[in-house]
Amino acid sequence: MWVRSTMTYRTSFVITTLGNIAITALDFAAIALMFSHVESLGGFGLAEVTFLYGTSSTAFGLTDLALGSMDRVGRRVRDGTMDVLLVRPVPILAQVAADRFALRRVGRIIQGLVLLGWSLPRLDAEWTWDRLLLLPVMVLSGAAIFGAVFVAGAAFQFWANDACEVQNSFTYGGTTLLQYPPTVFTRELVRAVTFLVPLAFVNWLPALYILDRPNPIGLPGWTGLAAPLVAVACCAPAGLAWRAGLRTYRSTGS
Amino acid sequence: MRLYAAVAVSGFRRYATYRVATAAGVFTNTVFGLIIAYTYIALWDQRPHLGGYDRDQALTFVWLGQSLLTAAALMGGSFQEEMQERIRTGDIAVDLYRPVDLQLWWLAGDLGRAAFHLLGRGLLPMAFGALCFELALPASPLTWLSFLCAVALGLLVSFALRYLVALSAFWLLDGAGLNLVSTVLSVFFSGMALPLNVFPGPLGTVAEALPWAAILQVPADVLLGERHGPALAGAFAFQAGWALALLAAGRALQAVATRKVVVQGG
Repeated sequence: MWVRSTMTYRTSFVITTLGNIAITALDFAAIALMFSHVESLGGFGLAEVTFLYGTSSTAFGLTDLALGSMDRVGRRVRDGTMDVLLVRPVPILAQVAADRFALRRVGRIIQGLVLLGWSLPRLDAEWTWDRLLLLPVMVLSGAAIFGAVFVAGAAFQFWANDACEVQNSFTYGGTTLLQYPPTVFTRELVRAVTFLVPLAFVNWLPALYILDRPNPIGLPGWTGLAAPLVAVACCAPAGLAWRAGLRTYRSTGS
Repeated sequence: MRLYAAVAVSGFRRYATYRVATAAGVFTNTVFGLIIAYTYIALWDQRPHLGGYDRDQALTFVWLGQSLLTAAALMGGSFQEEMQERIRTGDIAVDLYRPVDLQLWWLAGDLGRAAFHLLGRGLLPMAFGALCFELALPASPLTWLSFLCAVALGLLVSFALRYLVALSAFWLLDGAGLNLVSTVLSVFFSGMALPLNVFPGPLGTVAEALPWAAILQVPADVLLGERHGPALAGAFAFQAGWALALLAAGRALQAVATRKVVVQGG
């Protein structure tokens, strides 16, 4: 339905799609411009940074396509339209996800995959079978970890109903963070996104395993293989938080 | 004049109501400031004096960008969506019937909003940045004063650009596409993505001549003490020139657009 509604304003849809391609292209342009001045950033060359960018962007794009409307939960709680979802015989999480589903979000996935494809043959990696297998696994479990953050953030909005920007700093901020090598940041920050909000498992740790590089906070290489386990471990509490949040929902009356 | 001041004050108070949202926004600006600051440190460690900035100046640029981001609505999310909605539903006819100037009315409201965001979402990230990093903030009150003038002119340019985008709804009805394009251009060409003086060759020259440079790059250069004497006057002239040209363009487009409006009876 939402796909058809956006198609109604055809000129605008075309401009939106082009705009999305431009937005994602120019997003990478900042990194490309940086590399017009330097050979490496934090010890990582252009191909490696593009690899990080591609994996982070693809994983985030998948989550954004499926759950990108989660930040509307706060508004629905505020104006009481959450009630509409509660009376329909479909899981509420699925309804929230489908709310204002935007096909144009595919743009980010395409951009991520293109950059990933460009970087792969240019990487200085030894492609053993476990590394090859880890590649799709890391993107999918990365999407699941981002998904857990989206759902947890939406659950948080049942309490703080107009704070969707806090969620943005973990989702959009998270994907921006993961586009740069972990060596660029302080150890405290790397520790925080490894143990506190395990975003490092989206691509940093698996990528370090694939590229056979030392971990800046001294974790062994095999931790990169743990990404799917971490993804499962993240989704369970996020789901519980969502259900707990939904239980505390009180309609606005009127 | 009193009327427009009242509109500006109500614009300020309208955004001041959302305290939790403002706190959340400050948190977001701080997180992004931190991430970008570390990438700039990595960049400037390899190339000290890149683009004529030293490391402290580059870091000041990062936090200034976060402070001006919402005030100048570089990522959108201000009056233009509301105005486009009024155009789409036809409510704009009521606005045109009022004995006020349409452009000045929206300008007053937007300046009120910007003033709130400058205080509410500008000061704290900057203070956080100054605590965590070595920033190149000026000591002279005169520099601060010229910086505030540059910010004010920048806000005017930002409004004038977004007013043109908002008016496009008279033809497109749904402004979402053009809003997005406008966001892309303003983020990239204002210096938000990377300071414009780091852009290589002709791209940098073009970027510094476009109106978006007046929103972030010019105020930043004024704050960082890169513009003195005649160069400072030149910077103000650049900003004021774009502001006047774009506001005039908005006025002309508005005249064409309002001739299109057909009020349905009922």
